[in-house]
Amino acid sequence: MSTATSTVSARFDVEKVRADFPALHQRIHGQPLVYLDSAATAQKPLCVIQAIRRFYESDCANIHRGVHELSQRSTALYEAVRVKAQRFLNASHAEEIIFVRGATEGINLVAGTWGRKNLKEGDEIIVSALEHHSNLVPWQMLCEEKGARVLAIPIDDRGDLILEEYEKLLSPQTRLVAVSHVSNALGTINPIETVIAMAHRAGALALVDGAQAAPHVHVDVQALDADFYVFSGHKVLGPTGVGVLYGKSKLLAAMPPYHGGGDMIRKVTLEKTTYADPPHRFEAGTPNISGGIGLGAALDYIAAIGIEEIAAQEHDLLVYGTETLQTVPGLRIVGTARQKAAVLSFVLDGIHPHDIGTLLDRMGIAVRTGHHCAQPVMTRFGIPATTRASLAFYNTLAELDALAEGLKEVRERFS
Amino acid sequence: MVDDLYQEIILDHSKRPRNCRHMADANCAAEGHNPLCGDQLTLYLRMEDDRVADASFQGSGCAISTAAASLMTETLKGASREQALVLMERLHQMLTTDTPVRNDLGKLVVFCGVREYPARVKCATLAWHTLKSALSNSVEPVTTE
Repeated sequence: MSTATSTVSARFDVEKVRADFPALHQRIHGQPLVYLDSAATAQKPLCVIQAIRRFYESDCANIHRGVHELSQRSTALYEAVRVKAQRFLNASHAEEIIFVRGATEGINLVAGTWGRKNLKEGDEIIVSALEHHSNLVPWQMLCEEKGARVLAIPIDDRGDLILEEYEKLLSPQTRLVAVSHVSNALGTINPIETVIAMAHRAGALALVDGAQAAPHVHVDVQALDADFYVFSGHKVLGPTGVGVLYGKSKLLAAMPPYHGGGDMIRKVTLEKTTYADPPHRFEAGTPNISGGIGLGAALDYIAAIGIEEIAAQEHDLLVYGTETLQTVPGLRIVGTARQKAAVLSFVLDGIHPHDIGTLLDRMGIAVRTGHHCAQPVMTRFGIPATTRASLAFYNTLAELDALAEGLKEVRERFS
Repeated sequence: MVDDLYQEIILDHSKRPRNCRHMADANCAAEGHNPLCGDQLTLYLRMEDDRVADASFQGSGCAISTAAASLMTETLKGASREQALVLMERLHQMLTTDTPVRNDLGKLVVFCGVREYPARVKCATLAWHTLKSALSNSVEPVTTE
């Protein structure tokens, strides 16, 4: 038995945690489900499902301005989530939390408001070669419109950012540095505090795509000094269709609205409208109320377990999974960064990830195959696609063994 | 059950694809791309009197898409443009509907298992979409998205 095994069992009662996740207890093609796709979306604990159900069963009403009991209840439930998200990110004020559909919308919101207002011809935005398309394409669209440029921090063979190259890219033209906290394709945990500090020294702002970080590492936007931080609810055990954009108060206050409509106004006449203060200025229309309430339940659940406990458990799983996968002949792990979240991206000699994914699925093992919406990463490593097993604290060592055994079977079939 | 998908002939053609080469004297060619899995291929045809005198391909993809391109180029040789398009239509019908499998598909019948795997239909049809593009002399790369 490896050291990883003993530390995991000593620290964490995984079976107790798994009991909270109804979806994990099913058979797929006659085999017990082995869910290794949490970086795409996490499974949901019962408390999240129940919170959404409870809202629709007893508290359903539109929020804000309603004078009746149900509307006051739903408003209180929804606005309480803003405070939970504030605590989750350690933001200074609840008004710095803007509800969006997900990380993608959060980034597009910043591009469409702050970016449209502040970017000029000749300006530069720095991203990294690790980015998910959601933290690349919005900036390309913005820069195309403005005659500005997107530059990318290169990565090395391990999948780490090359900070010396980043230093060279920074210039008086740099307006924004938009980098992921954790890479979805490789699992690299970026030295985001350094990335932000370097951006600030160059006079630029820093936006952090925290979609993959929020479920797995402790985030403190004040300690990081992030100007903007985004994450998606569904990756932190919450429902789909809700997410959070954090922005520093003084930046949000100077930003124009995102969508026009109800809820984002101060005063409307037929001629002119003045806008509400943040966060409501950026939240036009009826939001995803039940989703927000589900997200609140998810953040409570994470707080109860403890994000540090989660990170430690996942690190043990990562160490064990890395060792175990290396027993599969012909397997090469892509992404071996010094600091990694529990993502195992790999290629298997001569076998396409799509075939691997289909065969594993028949064994009940759910993995993701393809470019993971990070085509520049695949290009960097000269591969069309990888197979990715992404772990969460509800995974077990036995599931990693099942993955390795499954891959050995795949090899035999294709040999 | 998964053996229905990865039949022996498919595994054989994916490991040892036939007609996997550049064709210098091609008079029709097209590129195909499946953005979902990153599969891409270039199809070459030499048409003589509206018949396929030679067909070949190059590219990278999964076992299903490689075998599909290999078996397609084998099947096409000697076929008229009309016959090629009819074959494509029949294959497409087999992959996307529940109708009984026809007995006039020749070797292509090995792909019948794919219809149980909706996510993989694009893999089996990439070569054929590319064929359609090549026959219409389209210069734009086709995609299955």
